[in-house]
Amino acid sequence: MSFSRRAFLGAAGLSALGLTGKAAIDAFALQPPHEPASTPAGTRWAMVIDPKKCLEAGDCTACLDACHRTHNVPAIDNRAHEVKWIWKESFEHAFPSLQTDYPPDALRDKPVMVLCNHCDNPPCVRVCPTQATWKRSDGIVMMDWHRCIGCRYCVAACPYGSRSFNWSDPRPSIAQITPDFPTRSKGVVEKCTFCEERIARDEPPACVAACHAKALVFGNLNDPESDVRSLLRSHFTLRRKPELGTRPAIYYIV
Amino acid sequence: MRDRHAIIAALIVFFVVLTFPIWYARAAGTTSRGPEPKLPETEKTCVMPVEYMRASHMKLLLTWRDDVVRRNVRTWIAPDGKSYKASLSGTCLRCHANKAEFCDRCHTYAGVTPYCWECHVDPASIKGSGT
Ligand code: HEC
Ligand code: HEC
Ligand code: HEC
Repeated sequence: MSFSRRAFLGAAGLSALGLTGKAAIDAFALQPPHEPASTPAGTRWAMVIDPKKCLEAGDCTACLDACHRTHNVPAIDNRAHEVKWIWKESFEHAFPSLQTDYPPDALRDKPVMVLCNHCDNPPCVRVCPTQATWKRSDGIVMMDWHRCIGCRYCVAACPYGSRSFNWSDPRPSIAQITPDFPTRSKGVVEKCTFCEERIARDEPPACVAACHAKALVFGNLNDPESDVRSLLRSHFTLRRKPELGTRPAIYYIV
Repeated sequence: MRDRHAIIAALIVFFVVLTFPIWYARAAGTTSRGPEPKLPETEKTCVMPVEYMRASHMKLLLTWRDDVVRRNVRTWIAPDGKSYKASLSGTCLRCHANKAEFCDRCHTYAGVTPYCWECHVDPASIKGSGT
């Protein structure tokens, strides 16, 4: 026998490598940082925010107030327990991965409006064990409060802090309850739904309708003639934390 | 017959204990006739036949819930062709405006406590408060 044990093991090792090598290399290969946009055909709701227009309006809170009134969002002072659908974040906190130490004065330390990004690739949806949150075909990351068991995986998974947990009954913290929209209860997570109940009536989200400065623009990303697409064509825009690959649908004009 | 008083006293106690359910029902204000929910005065029919509603209104509500929240369908077509906005507070409580004397009365009788009202709002409950 000229085929020694040593040669046999060598050949076996090489063929094993041949069979599994490609899969192993693929597994360790870096994902491309920017996958091409893969938005499905039809409607893809999105928003373009112009923080400078917003700042010109001064201390305006019209969009915040409209959202909170429409959806019975409680006002809780304790920051550990607060509930947020749309809120103000400093420019540096909203865009921590901006590759500059010298942002323009117009935006430096200034507040920008932030809300749920309704990501193309939402981490909150991936971790939800009950499908209480899922991605609709029109891009909205929807929430079914009836099915939420309060595990808070989504709160941990969301890189934007867009999900809030109700640590106590929110009703005492709601100044004026709107009967048209249910409140939430203790032990349930909530977040912005892009006003899906208003979109269903062909109305824009409450925050967009309330903004006199037209700093928030809402529309269909898949329609080249839409307001959002024309703003994206004519302005340079950023999305929050693009390196995470979540592909947000909220764009910021800088 | 030295025990006559004791026997009569014991008989009275026995009688009271025997009829306790009657006194208790009197005191608690319940009757043996049923919950008698207060029906709407202006409307004649419900969204489905009353037998179905009596037995299965909770199933219909869950269909509405899933239609609206999960399927984004907000209008429900009844078997008789009428269409309704699928909404607990907006549709059921529009006709059954007196939730306390309709839904609650029946539920208290049956010993069920739907948790829906932790979130869903009875419009009548907030009219007085605030502006
Ligand atoms: C258009 C007005 C209207 C709407 C909307 C409506 N109801 Fe009714 N409902 C009625 C009327 C009227 C009756 C009494 C019917 C009868 O006696 O034949 C009734 C009867 C009922 C009954 C049976 C009561 C009994 O006598 O035992 C239940 C339960 C009920 N409704 C629940 C609901 C629920 C739940 C909804 C929402 C899904 C709803 N209704 C929506 C008008 C309405
Ligand atoms: C005729 C009496 C009656 C009336 C009137 C009635 N209910 Fe009920 N309801 C019941 C009974 C009995 C049950 C429990 C059934 C069971 O557990 O199988 C129930 C259960 C429910 C449930 C499910 C609760 C759970 O925990 O699963 C909901 C939701 C509900 N009712 C809503 C309503 C609403 C809203 C109204 C008023 C518009 C209403 N009901 C009026 C008798 C009634
Ligand atoms: C944790 C809070 C919460 C609880 C508890 C809850 N709901 Fe809801 N429900 C909501 C929210 C929020 C919506 C969304 C409304 C929308 O998108 O317009 C909703 C929507 C609905 C809708 C459709 C829209 C409407 O206005 O009615 C129905 C029907 C419904 N729920 C039924 C129920 C029933 C029946 C129960 C009890 C068995 C229940 N819900 C318990 C929060 C709750």
